Amino acid sequence: MVKFGDDISENLHQQVFSFSHQLLKQSFNGINNVHPGYNSVLVTFDKNIYRDAALAKIQQFWNEFPEQKQEKYNTVEIPVLYGAKYGPDLDRVCEYTGLSSGAVIKRHTAVNYLVYFIGFSPGFPYIGGMDETLATPRLDTPRKQVPLGSVGVANNQTGIYPIESPGGWNLIGRTPLPIFDINDPENSLVNIGDKLHFRSISKDEFDRMKGK
Amino acid sequence: MGISILRAGLQDTVQDLGRNGYAHLGISSSGAADAFSLRIGNLLVGNYGNAAGIEVTLVGGKYKFTADTFIALSGSEFQADLNGVSFPFHRGKYVQKDEILTIGPTQNGARCYLAVRGGIDVPDLLSAKTTHVVSGLGGYKGRSLQKGDTLSIGNLEEVTQVIVIKVKLEIKRNIIRINNGLQSKWFDGNSWSSFTNNTYFVSESSSRMGIRLSGESINSTRGHEIITEGIPLGAIQIPGGGQPIISFVEHQTTGGYPKIANVINSDLCKVGQLKPGDQIQFQSVSLEEAETLKFEQEAFIKSLKNNHA
Repeated sequence: MVKFGDDISENLHQQVFSFSHQLLKQSFNGINNVHPGYNSVLVTFDKNIYRDAALAKIQQFWNEFPEQKQEKYNTVEIPVLYGAKYGPDLDRVCEYTGLSSGAVIKRHTAVNYLVYFIGFSPGFPYIGGMDETLATPRLDTPRKQVPLGSVGVANNQTGIYPIESPGGWNLIGRTPLPIFDINDPENSLVNIGDKLHFRSISKDEFDRMKGK
Repeated sequence: MGISILRAGLQDTVQDLGRNGYAHLGISSSGAADAFSLRIGNLLVGNYGNAAGIEVTLVGGKYKFTADTFIALSGSEFQADLNGVSFPFHRGKYVQKDEILTIGPTQNGARCYLAVRGGIDVPDLLSAKTTHVVSGLGGYKGRSLQKGDTLSIGNLEEVTQVIVIKVKLEIKRNIIRINNGLQSKWFDGNSWSSFTNNTYFVSESSSRMGIRLSGESINSTRGHEIITEGIPLGAIQIPGGGQPIISFVEHQTTGGYPKIANVINSDLCKVGQLKPGDQIQFQSVSLEEAETLKFEQEAFIKSLKNNHA
């Protein structure tokens, strides 16, 4: 585990992004997996690699790691159809925050978010930057099946469900675009380090984009 | 040629040694829960290292061979018969077209492996054949096998000599050896002694994703949440309730619970054999000892490769 700091910040994220990106590009023999987090990168090795050799490799990579190197940030727009059956918990978020649905959508679409890393389950983006006035606790009982592309809020986080899965987030809308491609996951729509924003779309636009 | 599933077991899945290299995209490796036993099975039928077999959990099903096939069963011993005649474990055998292998309940640990010469052939997903059941990815249609499925067998030219095993293979799973975890210092001496001096029961809600344990509660002195970070295979997490969870082959790639310990590499195969109701105890070993045990296990597998039939 390589630790860059103890809190969550864009500065630490840049180091995590750059370190994990460079390490994955090197693809040393013997590395099994690289897990970026908010302020750390976990690297796991094949069982045939000696512990000392693994540590030495990471130490050497760290020493040569160009800390100043700025990774390229992509900007991604996520179109979202808010409310109704696509966002069945929008009312719950309104109730909890005391905001109108228009205000929730306005605040959710007003921000530039940062994708800190992809983790937890396949393609799931950890997105930071949500307007804290939208914070709403998770559902008491998680749904057994959340539709693909659902956009949700849980406490002070917002997220997108990249595959159909169980989940306890408040669903406020849905995107027609696939954010994760299991057959070509390195070229998914949403990646670590992306600057992301949501745009409110109509049912017609949703159907048109979905149909494509 | 292939295998028809006449009746599926409780959870039969196609497994190889895992899909490494995609944790940064949220995809954990998956792979055989007891990779050691799958490797033994592959050696018995002369497959090279990473061929896929069928992982059978707790209770097996009925499997009909649509051509003459060379097969072996490995892992925990289950009741098994071929057309009514008892079928041995850890021995490669020819089965004929239309013969039916029935695998009943386990007599020991949680899993056995059905290895076939040539390997089970399913389309590769990201260069691997393992099923990630929780995410519905890979293997045969991303799921456990069902009645009516037919599996193909792979290339019979990509095989080698079969081996015979002369020693008794048994995986004892009551003692699980561990190293310190990333947050081992979040737990004081008292917590550590209750963690290693008490026994834990394997809970019913365990899966390939995680083994849930019940027993003495373990409490961290620094709370139950960390800033989300990577989780390695075998990490023992302590969530708010204080009941340990061993992250297993289909684990979440990142998480926010403190990790008191990590199962050592050579004992991951034991974790794959844990079944609900089992009683286990954790035993701390040094990093050096863990490494020695890991290489001893590799040396043992290597030594088997010379026992040609």
